[in-house]
Amino acid sequence: MRNIRREFNGQQVLEDLDLDIRRGETLVVIGQSGCGKSVLLKHITGLIKPDSGKIFFEDKDITHFNRKKLFEMRMHFGMLFQGAALFDSMSVGENVALPLKKHSGLSVEEIRDKTLEKLKLVGLKDVYDKYPAELSGGMKKRVGLARAVVMDPQVVLYDEPTTGLDPIMADVINQLIRDLQHGINITSVVVTHDIDSAYKVGDRVAMLHGGRIIFTGTPAEVAATDHELVRQFIEGRSEGPIRTV
Amino acid sequence: MRIFTLLGRYFLGFVEEIGGIFILICRIFHLSPKVFRNMGNVLVQMERIGIGSIPLVLVTSVFVGAVTAVQAAYQFQGFVPLRYLGAVVGKSVTLELGPVLTALVVGGRISAAIAAEMGTMKVTEQIDAMEMIAIDPVEYLVLPRVTAATVMLPVLAVFSNLLAILGGMVVARISIGVSFNLFEYGLKMLFRYQDLVGGLIKTVFFGFIIALMGCYNGFKTEGGAEGVGMSTMRAVVSSCLLILVSNYLLATLIFRVIFAPD
Repeated sequence: MRNIRREFNGQQVLEDLDLDIRRGETLVVIGQSGCGKSVLLKHITGLIKPDSGKIFFEDKDITHFNRKKLFEMRMHFGMLFQGAALFDSMSVGENVALPLKKHSGLSVEEIRDKTLEKLKLVGLKDVYDKYPAELSGGMKKRVGLARAVVMDPQVVLYDEPTTGLDPIMADVINQLIRDLQHGINITSVVVTHDIDSAYKVGDRVAMLHGGRIIFTGTPAEVAATDHELVRQFIEGRSEGPIRTV
Repeated sequence: MRIFTLLGRYFLGFVEEIGGIFILICRIFHLSPKVFRNMGNVLVQMERIGIGSIPLVLVTSVFVGAVTAVQAAYQFQGFVPLRYLGAVVGKSVTLELGPVLTALVVGGRISAAIAAEMGTMKVTEQIDAMEMIAIDPVEYLVLPRVTAATVMLPVLAVFSNLLAILGGMVVARISIGVSFNLFEYGLKMLFRYQDLVGGLIKTVFFGFIIALMGCYNGFKTEGGAEGVGMSTMRAVVSSCLLILVSNYLLATLIFRVIFAPD
């Protein structure tokens, strides 16, 4: 991402943002709530277009892609949304199977087998016929994760994967992200304000503040940095250079 | 100066709305050949919009027919023979009351339901999730709803016309003393098939408007529950207003140009 600028209703959310994501790595983007992390993630997939700047995927500038090209590109992406974004009117099985049904050309049996395989991967193969309303928050996130990876994407994006979950369920999700990366060697971008999660899943951590990436490093480098803004954030202090009011 | 700023902002907002609706209409027509891929979805929506609206249309139509008969008989007193009662009820119902009132009551129900559904999907990121799995929300969500509403509104209007005439007939017999035969005589006397066809052509447009406004406002939803409420309200208000305005334009085109009396 190069020199990305994006404004919403007169408020500059991203300002000359530069970010590199390397193939096969898990990059965690941390930052305060409302600082533009989800907006950044949606720029990567073309769900939001920047006011200016360029975004490259495999050396192709996606900022001017039309809908058809964006759809082709998104076949290589999976995304876990903050609230899982499962389709209410469909069962768990139908939710996970939908991308396969639309794009894979597999038979009904093959689609069912693959759906069950992905649900098993997230430990939920018994909820195939249940509806999203019947699931807990953690289960919804796991189903969302199964749907995100059902097409075996090259890149998986996670928007606040552990927010709103209890510590044990958060660890289950973190472990799943790790397992997925090691198992099928996908590139992952995780957006979170959960520092424990960032340390557990990240190969690199980038901090977004004031519309820019202000720090990038390994989890060990983050833990050892004396960058004032990063320190205040990872230590969770209300006093410091980041103004909270 | 402030007033000019406000006026400018309203004008820009208005132009943006018109542009947004126009773009959505263009996308619907562009994607229309793909409707057959989503026939299952279209049938589900036809059942929701059509079958689900029958009780509402039934009650509305019967009472509209009944009150038309009563009001016409009241105005006829001393001037017009009651054998024309069937003609007036039939003309009023097929030309205006059946199509327009069906569209208004079904529009309130359907555009609100569509806007609330789309709006909830938007604020819970289900629309984004659909985009992420490379499914076009206009093809998957809008097209089936617009097709279903456009097909089902004329069907509901035929049903409404029949019930309203029956309602008028029964009330004419019971409370005005006009026999079924006399009512039928009046009904047939001034009946033109163009009246029926013209009324039904209008409902095709009304059905399109109802689903379009529901989808457009649903897709524009921002925020949470309050945003969904606002979108629902905007969908109902805009669909009702557009039905009334387009009714005038369509009536002028159909009855003064296409089916103009010789």
